[in-house]
Amino acid sequence: MTIAILALQGAFAEHKAMLDRLGANCFEIRKLQDLSRPFDGLILPGGESTVMKKLLRDLYLFDPLFSKLQDGLPVFGTCAGLLLLAKRVTGGEPCFGTLSVTARRNAYGRQLESFYTNQDFGGLGSIPMPFIRAPYIEQADDFVTVLSQADNHIVAVREQYQLATAFHPELTGDPTVHRYFLDMIEERANQQMTHLSFHQDCKTWQAGSLSPKMGLCLTKTENN
Amino acid sequence: MENNRSKLNRELAQMLKGGVIMDVTTPDQAEIAQEAGACAVMALERIPADIRAAGGVSRMSDPKMIQNIQAAVSIPVMAKVRIGHFVEAQILEAIGIDYIDESEVLTPADDVYHIDKTKFQAPFVCGARDLGEALRRIEEGASMIRTKGEPGTGDIVQAVRHMRALNSAIRRVRSMREDELFETAKQMGVSCSLLQSIQKNGRLPVVNFAAGGVATPADAALMMQLGAEGVFVGSGIFKSGNPGKRAAAIVQAVTNYKDSKLLAQLSDDLGEAMVGINEQEIHLLMAERGK
Repeated sequence: MTIAILALQGAFAEHKAMLDRLGANCFEIRKLQDLSRPFDGLILPGGESTVMKKLLRDLYLFDPLFSKLQDGLPVFGTCAGLLLLAKRVTGGEPCFGTLSVTARRNAYGRQLESFYTNQDFGGLGSIPMPFIRAPYIEQADDFVTVLSQADNHIVAVREQYQLATAFHPELTGDPTVHRYFLDMIEERANQQMTHLSFHQDCKTWQAGSLSPKMGLCLTKTENN
Repeated sequence: MENNRSKLNRELAQMLKGGVIMDVTTPDQAEIAQEAGACAVMALERIPADIRAAGGVSRMSDPKMIQNIQAAVSIPVMAKVRIGHFVEAQILEAIGIDYIDESEVLTPADDVYHIDKTKFQAPFVCGARDLGEALRRIEEGASMIRTKGEPGTGDIVQAVRHMRALNSAIRRVRSMREDELFETAKQMGVSCSLLQSIQKNGRLPVVNFAAGGVATPADAALMMQLGAEGVFVGSGIFKSGNPGKRAAAIVQAVTNYKDSKLLAQLSDDLGEAMVGINEQEIHLLMAERGK
């Protein structure tokens, strides 16, 4: 399994350190040529969303990444990454707009209002959550799963294969959220394999010979 | 709680990495900087080149002017205080500044003591010419370090010197025997525990940016290749012919600092760069302030 990390600006190295710890391969995306490598999931890190939005356009990365997201590429956005995914942004403009939520930018105020808390993440137990000039989710559409709330605000959600947090799990040393993301990628790969087997059954091909690994390979080919 | 605050403040600096922080003097300039892709702006009354030209005592900017800039942009806003002037820092904290730069660009208010930055909720960035200075500022509570460079000159030589000095000192510390750290700590005037953490991690415990004299995309990429984690651009942008274009080019150069083809494109047709002054031509070395 290979994860691409958008490395235009911000805390991308911290995500890489976490993935290294979990034994997942990853590489950085800084320019168009980097997209020629196959990958199974994408991380949009924390940083300044205005900067990333501008660089996505200037470096011609927006369109190819957008079409991958529309095809269902698993994606994980933290803080600024959440803002890039949100369909509606209060106090800013949407970017990819694939995640059916309204996110409020700089929702808690300036740096003096940054804080830590511990809350449950998706029923997996309480985890540390640093909020740094963070957004929160004002409203999530009905089919979006809420994974965490803090202070009566939604701060982590999942919609199909999109995961987003208003806080920074990459800064805490707690791998719960990253592990959840890796599981999500695996889940999609397995689902695609089932789908493929079914498809092949119809054509009376030998579906039984497909291993999960091969399923993953085929997923890659489809994506690229 | 106190510890949490300093951790959160270091983490904000982590979010700025790979970005460009631009000096601005008006809300209009702040908007140009934000649109060009600045990850933060430094609000100040006069840019260093003008401070240098005007002479006299240079102080913290008018809080009203800083607040107007805060209102104009959504990215973090930083502002400068004089070295040792903790009341100026209290004032900036009171208006909700995102980062305070205790800066040698302004006239020092104290020729012995720096601000005790551990007493503040707001984060501080400080300049350093070498590892000793950087660690002394970190012990005083700085949550981000930048090279001093020589502000307002458009001459990159001092920033290069400071970045090289700092990183080669880190490499030396890494190769030392543990019992040699005590003597080195004494020479540098820093605590041994901080040096031990440098030896273990091979890097400063806080983010380290380049500052002072950056005028072109090539300057910015040079500092990144020398190990900076991001870049401050002061006079280089708004003293040049086409500020918006130059600013955007420097932002891209910092992201793709190793891509020489892209750097070549980015350096095309940028208009006039700031004129600049060589370090030998200046009478006032700002980097000598605050050791």
